[in-house]
Amino acid sequence: MAWTKKVLRVNLTRGTVSVEPLNMEWAQQYLGQRGLASKYLVEEIDPKCDALGPDNKLMLVTGPLTGTMASTGGRYSVVCKSPLTGTIACSNSGGYIGAELKNAGWDMLIFEGKSPKPVYLYIRNEHVELLDAAEVWGKSIWEADKILRKKHQDPNVRISGVGRSAETGCLYAGVINDLHRAAGRSGVGTVMASKNLKAVVCRGTKGVGNVKDPLRFMQATEAGKKVLRDNAVTGQGLPAYGTQVLMNVINEAGAMPTYNMRETQFPGAHKISGEAMHQPRESDGKPNLTTNAACFACTIACGRISTVDRGHYTIKNKPEYWGSSGGLEYEAAWALGSDTGVDDLDALTYANFICNEDGFDPISFGSTVAAAMELYEQGVLTKEHTGGIEFKFGSAAALTTAAELVARGEGFGRDLALGSKRFCAKYGRPELSMTVKGQEFPAYDPRAIQGMGLAYATSNRGACHLRGYTVASEIMGIPEKTDPLATAGKPELVKAFQDATAAFDSAGICIFTSFAWTLDDVAPQVDAACDGEWTTEKLLHVGERIWNLERQFNLAAGLTGKDDSLPKRLLKDAANVGPAKGHVAELGKMLPQYYQIRGWNDQGVPTADTLKRLGLS
Amino acid sequence: MLRALKLEPEKCTGCMQCEMACSYENEGVFNPALSRIKVFEFHEQGSFAPYTCTQCEEAWCMHACPVEAIVFNPATGSKDVLDDLCVGCKVCTIACPFGTVNYRADTGKVMKCDLCGGDPWCAKACPTGAITYVDIADTGLARMRAWAQRGEATSARFNAPVAKDAQNFDRAKA
Amino acid sequence: MRHVIIGAGPAGVVAAEQLRKFDPQGTVTLIGDEPEPPYSRMAIPYLLMDRIGEPGTYLRKDPGHYDELRIDVIRGRVTTVDAKARSVALAGGGKQSYDKLLIASGATPIAPPIPGVDLEGVCACWTLADVRKIIERAHKGSSVVLIGAGFIGCIILEALAARGVKLTVVELEDRMVPRMLNATAGGMVRRWCESRGVSVRVSSQVRAIEGAKGAAPLRVLLEGGDAIPADLVIQATGVRSNTGFLDGSGIATERGILVNEFLAASVPDVYAAGDVAQGRDFSTGAYVVQAIQPTAVEHGRIAAMHMTRGHRHAQRGTLNMNVLDTLGLVSSSFAQWMGVKGGDSAELNDPDRFRYINLQFQDDVLVGATALGLTDHVGVLRGLIQGKTALGPWKKKLQADPTRLVEAYLSTTMPVGHNAYVI
Repeated sequence: MAWTKKVLRVNLTRGTVSVEPLNMEWAQQYLGQRGLASKYLVEEIDPKCDALGPDNKLMLVTGPLTGTMASTGGRYSVVCKSPLTGTIACSNSGGYIGAELKNAGWDMLIFEGKSPKPVYLYIRNEHVELLDAAEVWGKSIWEADKILRKKHQDPNVRISGVGRSAETGCLYAGVINDLHRAAGRSGVGTVMASKNLKAVVCRGTKGVGNVKDPLRFMQATEAGKKVLRDNAVTGQGLPAYGTQVLMNVINEAGAMPTYNMRETQFPGAHKISGEAMHQPRESDGKPNLTTNAACFACTIACGRISTVDRGHYTIKNKPEYWGSSGGLEYEAAWALGSDTGVDDLDALTYANFICNEDGFDPISFGSTVAAAMELYEQGVLTKEHTGGIEFKFGSAAALTTAAELVARGEGFGRDLALGSKRFCAKYGRPELSMTVKGQEFPAYDPRAIQGMGLAYATSNRGACHLRGYTVASEIMGIPEKTDPLATAGKPELVKAFQDATAAFDSAGICIFTSFAWTLDDVAPQVDAACDGEWTTEKLLHVGERIWNLERQFNLAAGLTGKDDSLPKRLLKDAANVGPAKGHVAELGKMLPQYYQIRGWNDQGVPTADTLKRLGLS
Repeated sequence: MLRALKLEPEKCTGCMQCEMACSYENEGVFNPALSRIKVFEFHEQGSFAPYTCTQCEEAWCMHACPVEAIVFNPATGSKDVLDDLCVGCKVCTIACPFGTVNYRADTGKVMKCDLCGGDPWCAKACPTGAITYVDIADTGLARMRAWAQRGEATSARFNAPVAKDAQNFDRAKA
Repeated sequence: MRHVIIGAGPAGVVAAEQLRKFDPQGTVTLIGDEPEPPYSRMAIPYLLMDRIGEPGTYLRKDPGHYDELRIDVIRGRVTTVDAKARSVALAGGGKQSYDKLLIASGATPIAPPIPGVDLEGVCACWTLADVRKIIERAHKGSSVVLIGAGFIGCIILEALAARGVKLTVVELEDRMVPRMLNATAGGMVRRWCESRGVSVRVSSQVRAIEGAKGAAPLRVLLEGGDAIPADLVIQATGVRSNTGFLDGSGIATERGILVNEFLAASVPDVYAAGDVAQGRDFSTGAYVVQAIQPTAVEHGRIAAMHMTRGHRHAQRGTLNMNVLDTLGLVSSSFAQWMGVKGGDSAELNDPDRFRYINLQFQDDVLVGATALGLTDHVGVLRGLIQGKTALGPWKKKLQADPTRLVEAYLSTTMPVGHNAYVI
């Protein structure tokens, strides 16, 4: 079965909790996690509602493989309408709390309304309490974690929560779990805080005991682990360097967004790369990286656990930051580093700590800082606005101070907390915002990786690499190599990645398995676990259904095909260095074709036939 | 040849596959809360420590048991709890100075590692070789080496999955 | 070598087995005065709950166990010990000569000095015979008064509650389990019991028990005038070491038999173990009667070693510790749980959830602990105390959050987290 078949509904306005059976018909159609919660969201909220109002709902959702021995089976997602983009938001996270929720007997938590005062939810299996959060409101997640752990006298509780950035309205605040894993994008933390919900504290001791065919499940998961182990990326590259394995690769491909995406290569990339994290520092002889670490059930273990040099200016008087914690992943290293021009590894690691501690997305934050630096360079922004900070490209001090200000929601941090789109609009230069649908780009310049341009433009949550990661094919040759500068075949590639990704996400496993696994590896695991018959074809079909469901939500929320676009800079200004020199992002060549193979009309609206085929009409 | 579980925290990534394998073998459910092996996380040190019964020679638990519900298994050297005899008095839980015997309120009995009768599932499931089932002499050597090497790390550590034969996870056969 | 052991409790049985191991040629005679095969009092609550039958309480389950080890189990009561002649006399005339004697004669409940304790329907809860009496009278709906809320009284609370009796506990001191828990923890246990329908009267003294006419055959009269009707009165007001038969033997006794660091008594070739021995306490070095199962077992093992192999290593003393389950609330206490002079402590008190941890330190070493509601890995408390582990920076961390016990233990004792002995 693998689902617990139970949903916990929490009405924050009234302070009540209720239990309801999971809609198993929807589970068969949407599998779990991202797909299933999206279905609930579509059914339960008005897509036009105020994302930060009581009518939005927040769902914490696990997948059928969450909490099982399937490798990476520990994922959960936070689903709601995004305040940053106005689209559906689904932010996926690893760590341990997803499995803990499942072990406590819950497929999904649904939060509705808004609490009159700050609260947090305590779950111990069926025992659920909404408790006063007065003692942790106004505190960082790291502080709150300590307090709540002690309060519940249980070192085994898992905690997801929001930091001060979310409480003070930062539009790209995430929900942080297990101190340094993040449902990071699209402002899902902002929504949580808007409901006066500080955290979910969970302990589950029931476990997952109902997979359909246990022996076949053990065999399928063991076979899957072997594939991961034998693959060079998941078996070697990711454990050794994490996602940071990409820093030098992408830089060499000329796809490294630099100086607010003005450039496509960063001269300092080698100083902030995965390899650099292994090098002993000159100052204290220790490397940045302490160890790799796994999320629950993960046999890849790409996570980075790092330290900042104790003598570094950021922490030399702050011993509370002297320990190890979640270190730089590629997306953070890029956004905090090359996009702002900062090549000080310790400063980036510190800024990343702050992002984790107070729960905001380092991609959106770094991009917004980069936009601010460009505005400063152009004289639009002055020290008067920044509170006296010299906000120059390459300034580590500007970056780390900005992080502290956003964390606490103070001063110039309140402007930066708006996100790049609103920030640039506020200062009269909207074209300098490197965003799609209001969400900042991740680390692949679409001028050098054409498929990613289409993936960004059509992503259902704004610019995002985790909705269709064609980098795998265009740069790494997975499952087969395509030319990153060509546009031919990319619409098909993007669609295939988007649909498959939705299926991976919805199963409760990590998308990084897809470096080694295809749906052919996933299907036997899902099929052995879940009621019903789960073939590769069915999973792909479910993935496509989810994609179109999300699209429908966005269209109903008021977005149109016009929003499937890229900033002018990427469409007009050719890359001036690297392999992509002379290229722009050729979105126009791919989008119509993409609409067509999606079965959408030329306005990007799914046709009646398509909806019927997918059971969405 | 007697074998023992060799636990090497420096190789552990905190994936909890061992806890799931243990609970699945012993209880038929993926449930870390029922695992006889537990991985402790030391966040600030960036380390994880898998931890379970060492089947120590002193066998404090076994000797403290007032009703002979913990017995020596000559085949494996493990000290096994006999569920039908255990009355749940918990004396073994305080007698074990390693804290590796736990009381379970739901069954009213205690539980501890029994090496799965000589085929420990935690070791089979561990992807990085942090838990291995080796000749008993080997564990002592490793301990001495680790003592010698203790101190602050000067190089980064990472643990990739290690090659191993396909494992049999059939509860019926195992 | 002829080994004679007086007393067939855990200390005696373990000693007998060890003696056989160290002296394969010798004779081992185990003298017990109860009719049943050697059994464990620790199992009595579970017998009362019908979770096990009488055989479930037996220390060794295999009926051929003692024969196989050539341990001669004799039923009889020892009346005197003649240390000069090296023999013990049995009631009814028998004699047993010995080369080495181990006295593990245990303890007996002290009947409180109040009128009526000898009435029918008043009993202790100590032997299987007592249990049979209790089972006879403790039916669903009957009224039971338990005098004494110490360890012995408390371990049978759940059993009595499970039998569906109407239960009243009367305790002389101001809290429950005063020898094991401090006021906060004892108060928590009391509240827990009361919330589960047990009436608890602390600081309350029984004046007399008298026969009554009416629904209940007994009445328990308290100082201050209250009277509680009862079908059954169980007295659990403490135990006393069984040393009476040693009068005139020359074997020195105080609260129990005085032994040295080799568990040897004051006359040659006589040793003592378990509830009857006033042995060395690990924490204080003082010689005290601990009367707990782990100490009985350890005494038995160590005494056998000294009896057969000579006095090689002085015993460091046994750690006083207890674990108690009162109606599902598990409490444990270790060593100097009440603290030491000049020491520090850490406390976590969560009365709403019935969770409590109290740690006592001397410098950076844990010397005592109390825990309520903690069952996972609780043994590390013993490990830390008995290992005299220097906690270093972990003391501060424990003071900030005492739940991080196992982390502290692993960090300070385990070089690589496995196969490391702390004792």
